[in-house]
Amino acid sequence: MTPTTHDAHHDDHHGDHGHPTGWRRYVYSTNHKDIGTMYLIFAVVAGVIGGIFSMLMRVELMYPGLQVMHDPHQYNVFVTGHGLIMVFFMIMPAMIGGFGNWLVPLMIGAPDMAFPRMNNISFWLLPFSFALLVLSMFVEGDSGGMGVGGGWTLYAPLSSTFSTGPAMDFAIFSLHIAGAGSILGAINFITTIFNMRAPGMTLHKMPLFVWSILVTVWLLLLSLPVLAGAITMLLTDRNFGTAFFDPAGGGDVLLYQHLFWFFGHPEVYILILPGFGMISHIIATFSRRPVFGYLGMAYAMVAIGFIGFLVWAHHMYTVGLTVDTKAYFVFATMVIAVPTGIKVFSWIATMWGGSIDFKTPMLWAVGFVFLFTVGGLTGVVLANAGVDVVLQDTYYVVAHFHYVLSLGAVFAIFAGFYFWFPKFTGYMYSEALGKLHFYVTFVGVNLAFFPMHFLGLAGMPRRYADYPDAFAGWNYWSSIGAFIAGFGVIIFLVMCIEAFLKKRIAGDNPWGEGATTLEWTLPSPPPFHQFNELPHVK
Amino acid sequence: MSSDAKHDYHLVDPSPWPIVGSVFSFVMMVGAVLWMNESYEGFGVLMGQPWIFIIGFVGVLFTMAGWWRDVVRESVDFGNHTPVVKLHLRYGMLLFIASEVMFFVAWFWAYFNAAIFHADVGVGAWPPAGVITLDPWHLPLLNTLILLTSGTTVTWAHHAIQIGDKKGAVQGLALTVILGLFFTAVQAYEYAHAPFTFGFNGLARLPFEDGAHMALAAGAGNFQAIYGSTFFMATGFHGAHVIIGTLFLIVCLFRAQAGQFTPERHFGFEAAAWYWHFVDVVWLFLFAAIYVWGAGSVVH
Ligand code: HEM
Ligand SMILES: [Cu+2]
Repeated sequence: MTPTTHDAHHDDHHGDHGHPTGWRRYVYSTNHKDIGTMYLIFAVVAGVIGGIFSMLMRVELMYPGLQVMHDPHQYNVFVTGHGLIMVFFMIMPAMIGGFGNWLVPLMIGAPDMAFPRMNNISFWLLPFSFALLVLSMFVEGDSGGMGVGGGWTLYAPLSSTFSTGPAMDFAIFSLHIAGAGSILGAINFITTIFNMRAPGMTLHKMPLFVWSILVTVWLLLLSLPVLAGAITMLLTDRNFGTAFFDPAGGGDVLLYQHLFWFFGHPEVYILILPGFGMISHIIATFSRRPVFGYLGMAYAMVAIGFIGFLVWAHHMYTVGLTVDTKAYFVFATMVIAVPTGIKVFSWIATMWGGSIDFKTPMLWAVGFVFLFTVGGLTGVVLANAGVDVVLQDTYYVVAHFHYVLSLGAVFAIFAGFYFWFPKFTGYMYSEALGKLHFYVTFVGVNLAFFPMHFLGLAGMPRRYADYPDAFAGWNYWSSIGAFIAGFGVIIFLVMCIEAFLKKRIAGDNPWGEGATTLEWTLPSPPPFHQFNELPHVK
Repeated sequence: MSSDAKHDYHLVDPSPWPIVGSVFSFVMMVGAVLWMNESYEGFGVLMGQPWIFIIGFVGVLFTMAGWWRDVVRESVDFGNHTPVVKLHLRYGMLLFIASEVMFFVAWFWAYFNAAIFHADVGVGAWPPAGVITLDPWHLPLLNTLILLTSGTTVTWAHHAIQIGDKKGAVQGLALTVILGLFFTAVQAYEYAHAPFTFGFNGLARLPFEDGAHMALAAGAGNFQAIYGSTFFMATGFHGAHVIIGTLFLIVCLFRAQAGQFTPERHFGFEAAAWYWHFVDVVWLFLFAAIYVWGAGSVVH
């Protein structure tokens, strides 16, 4: 259709369609790339705040005794805030909101998302949800102290009977709002991926990152409402006299844990699956080979997503489950390690014999494969109910999930950030700064988290502000590592500023023949609306 | 830009509704916290007052009305809803209902956890001793029949729309709305006459200081509380969905009256009908699980 054949009122309506400008362009946005950018900026801001919390925690734990915190409760408030912020306001917005929004339409050859306006409320609910969480830190929470100190899992009865002030109510509503935004986002992605693939792009030709988002958002769609139910029960127990989690009224504290982990385990895969997708692209690109076992990679993610709904009670081995129940959950958890292993071996096989180019994104990707595998292995250790009785709630668990999250998911985010930065901005980052960022972070996080394995095996419990002198040495080194990693974040911010100041033009495809997906066929940055004429995929 | 687009997708114009809705959601949530925490001194006179919440809630409703008005205009006036856009809307509605199903899974989980594993938490039987339940074959059966009938009237309206029979569509929809309102009225009557409490009588939040926890310590919990909690929250959320569905159908009734539904274009109606059937099916599960299977000694 050319403008002349357009009927009049249609044109009228679309008069200002093309380039909304100024603040309206973002605040009223219906453009997946602008919304993706807002998500990425939000994630960086939230990540810095969550990172400052973790620095405070490590300052506190550097030596035995209380260092900077008023009281142990304050320390726990930072632990809780750190966990919630990193999960809901950093990793999820970066991976699904940021990269998902930017890349899914580009990779499937679509002009935008299926519901461009709903896309924007998914984003805008987030800052307000974050504001509720921040508010919770400044009002009374548990027994006189300020803020919520129950940990990101918000277990009852600590979050119900024993948390009397309004702080917990703010936190609950914060999760409600963030969850609503994520559910709407999930609906949007599923509809987009199922219905807007370019002609010729069958599901079995779809890029692996799109596959990873597809599985992720299914997990979101089906698990978040259960969390919403659980925290609504918490809310009514706290404020309206119901007894869901209160034995005095015939309720069951473990019900909360079941509901939470029915959401919580899929949630940890939500945090890592988009990373799996990004890593596959990056490793294939810099090895100049198509990814090894494409279909196996795709269906491994589907399998992980499916089994992910059936393993939740491996977080509850010490609550008094029957032996049979534990046996089942041990088995099911071990089964998840199989598709996870398929992925790791396929990444290695992709690199095998390839002509590998160690640009910054590839460094992060190789770092991811190595460190995520360490986290996966400690996961398999923890999957054994008998072993876990000793390790539950110790620093061993903290080490496990930081290897898969801080060294897995976050490495994947950085890998993706460097890989697509030229595409999103049109500018090339500085290889030197990028590599420096990588090496500093690599040393920092490993020094911070590896000793936690020893501390956990020695029996140091998590979520305490203080510890016996016996644990002093490794805690000191762990804090040093954390500060090094914190310095890495500063390098990252400098790297971003430098790239925008220097304005090195990146070109459509800076990575060469290895980069085969559709986004590399577009200019950098892509036009406001790409694919006005849909591409055909062979 | 879109004028040279060679595809049928709908690239929606920039819109204020997402940010407006987010702001009002925030106001509503802050208002709810203030309203619920009357004993907390933090925010002075606002504590225990519903006003902020009401402002937020009205704002959210206003956002929804404005947003959906825009959607209807894009469809009816501007013709933006091409076949592929309609397909998107179908997917969107079905996926939304899927997420709603999972929300009810949580409430059924709570119910079955209490009803089947009652011994694990020291509750001797289900329903707990002393709880008189509602006779399932009395008002609940009536409500079941009302909802099932409304399922047929909404299908009548659907068939009428498909053959362009406006009068039939309006009649079928009007009947469905009346049945929906009737259901809500019966449910309200039943709640008012329920022989068990909502939860604890009074708020039992402070550990071990209130009557309920003292009683538990003395070996006798108030096990009515879990019965009322699971019953009222599960059926209550269902009731809220009935009201939402009724509102949705009322909107469709006006749109049918205005002649906006044609045999080819009536997705708004279909979405309302799907939602209504979903609410209906949830009720059947509630009826079977809570009212019939979970009946104890009943009140007539
Ligand atoms: C091979 C795969 C994995 C296995 C077998 C596994 C197993 C486990 C087990 C058994 C626990 C409970 C430990 C305890 O509390 O005593 C656990 C905790 C945890 N896992 Fe994994 N895991 C795996 C992969 C992952 C991945 C990929 C992530 C996220 C990216 C993850 C994130 C977490 C988190 C956050 C916790 C701690 C939750 C908390 O208590 O706060 N795990 N894992
Ligand atoms: Cu898990």
